[in-house]
Amino acid sequence: MNDLQFLTWVRGTGLNIAVSIFLLGVFWRLFEIYSLGHKKDLSAPRHASGASGLHTVFRRSLPPPGMLKRSPVSYIGGYIFHIGLFIVVFGFAPHILLIKSLTGLSWPALPSQFVNLAAIVTMAAMVVVLFDRINKPVKRFLSTFEDWFTWAVTFLPVLTGWMAFEHMLLPYTTMLALHILSVQLLLVVLPFTKLFHVFTLFGSRWYNGRVNGHKGVPV
Amino acid sequence: MSATLEKGVRVLKEVIDAPIASYFNSCVHCGLCAEACLFYTETGDPKYTPIHKLEPLRRIYEQEYTVLGRLKKMIGLSKPVTDAELDEWQELVYNSCTLCARCSSVCPVGNDIVYMVRKFREGMSASGHAPEGIKGAVNRTVTIGSPMGVKLPAVQAQMKHVEEDYGLPIPLDAEGAEYMVLLSSMEIINFPEYLGAIAKIMQQAGKSWTLCSTAFEATNAGMQIGNSDLARVIVSRIVEGAEKLKVKTVISPECGHAYTALRWEGANLVGRPFSFEVKHILEVLGEFQQQGLLKTEGFETDKLTFHDPCQLARRGGVIKQQRSLMNQVAKNFVEMPDAGYMNWCCGGGGGASAIEEGEPLRLEAFKRKKAQLDSVRPDRLVTACANCRIVLEEGLEHYQMDIPVIGLTEMIAEHIPKKGG
Ligand code: SF4
Ligand code: SF4
Repeated sequence: MNDLQFLTWVRGTGLNIAVSIFLLGVFWRLFEIYSLGHKKDLSAPRHASGASGLHTVFRRSLPPPGMLKRSPVSYIGGYIFHIGLFIVVFGFAPHILLIKSLTGLSWPALPSQFVNLAAIVTMAAMVVVLFDRINKPVKRFLSTFEDWFTWAVTFLPVLTGWMAFEHMLLPYTTMLALHILSVQLLLVVLPFTKLFHVFTLFGSRWYNGRVNGHKGVPV
Repeated sequence: MSATLEKGVRVLKEVIDAPIASYFNSCVHCGLCAEACLFYTETGDPKYTPIHKLEPLRRIYEQEYTVLGRLKKMIGLSKPVTDAELDEWQELVYNSCTLCARCSSVCPVGNDIVYMVRKFREGMSASGHAPEGIKGAVNRTVTIGSPMGVKLPAVQAQMKHVEEDYGLPIPLDAEGAEYMVLLSSMEIINFPEYLGAIAKIMQQAGKSWTLCSTAFEATNAGMQIGNSDLARVIVSRIVEGAEKLKVKTVISPECGHAYTALRWEGANLVGRPFSFEVKHILEVLGEFQQQGLLKTEGFETDKLTFHDPCQLARRGGVIKQQRSLMNQVAKNFVEMPDAGYMNWCCGGGGGASAIEEGEPLRLEAFKRKKAQLDSVRPDRLVTACANCRIVLEEGLEHYQMDIPVIGLTEMIAEHIPKKGG
């Protein structure tokens, strides 16, 4: 298989397989989790403004009082790489074209030089949080193979995408194929690892906010 | 697998619900929950990271409720939960967790960790891995009627004393009273002023109230140990008492966990909504204050600060009342850093104070409270939980800090003018 054939395969069959596993995985995992259900709360509710599941879904995106100071790298690094990933994934013109071809949806793209910069900043932030994970006793203690693996699986698509854009190291076609392949790895892995938090975090925040909102506590 | 372990694992399987599944799947191992937990912040030991305290529960979840986990279990790739492991976890789930819920307030993905600890304790207690100290308290509550072994005659003796000292009647089993007042053993034995305070406050407000001979104890060690069956037995006494006396409102005393057990868990334990309301004494005082039924004279002039009991504030939603009550009788009320919703636990909630062998850790964790107090240097410390009060007093004594601890209800009552006087 030459470069072009490889690229054709990852863009075609490969992409189809990965997207299928991703979609089936996501639906299955969501079902597996949320079909467990929960008991109705029979205690008398107390209402308070700002206390509900939906409030918490949004509010928990901000650091609670005192927390930013206790763990600045987690918060600042976390914000930068999450926002950066969002910009890179959904702001880059070729990505939007791909999404359009798959779903029909599209939106205006950001200037590619800006996306390029975002990719660099994202990678820098990811390296910083990786060092923080190695450095901080609690993070290191909690970390399992999955934490290092998912970091790598998230980092690779950004790195290969950026290198392809900059025509670095390998011929563009090869790098692009590698980039798409790394994205496929990410898609396949996502539903079955902690990366699945991109879906469940909404449910988790909502449950927490609702249980406490029932008591009139805006969490 | 031993029979008790089997029972414990079965209970753990039963308590796992969609929220717990969602929480475990959301955790990104960021460790921020540790930064909120006083057992980690004061010791620096990563094993006290809140989410780590749930590791056995997480594995049971994974092995039983996920396809991949079941597959791994089938081919023998997963580590089963053992008695030895649960034994090791006793310290993490009881001694070093006061159910304070600070972790649940900070987790960025929204995990309600304390919700899971409470459920995990169900399995720990079913498999026989609960600490002896709490087991004893539960047994005494179920067989004698109170965790400290207090029986009705002791309460009646206390009632008599208070009637003599205050010249006010203490009604017992008065049917149709508006309020039924509960006590905690701690108050019956150590802080009898509470009962006198209630008598004065109720008389001034012109409200009818009563104690109940079959349900005077409010604390619920069954909930703390994590045994819903026993917690139900204890709560049912109060429900039956309140229904028999046809009261409108049951007043939970200055005890945080009693409030959580009755106000939020009670109806769920007995399986039906209550026909009466449950209020913490500070909520009732807050209402009296708003309705102009709480008239006080004079002020405390020394520097006072207020320790928010976790179950009352962060886990109970009572945060404003204590502040306006403090201001009614205190000229120099100062707040500690993080006061209110984010206040730090005294270190002895959730049954932890009943665990003797947990004391060194408790005193270590108290350094957090000490730091809070050092930053405002109060003359006295006010709170609204008899358990916090005892734990605070122990901690203060250990660190040789000369700060008396008082209950808010009593302090308010001291400012109520004598009738006709
Ligand atoms: S704060 Fe939440 S996401 Fe982070 S380690 Fe703790 S439980 Fe997991
Ligand atoms: S509830 Fe409080 S004591 Fe328990 S793990 Fe969470 S922060 Fe720590």
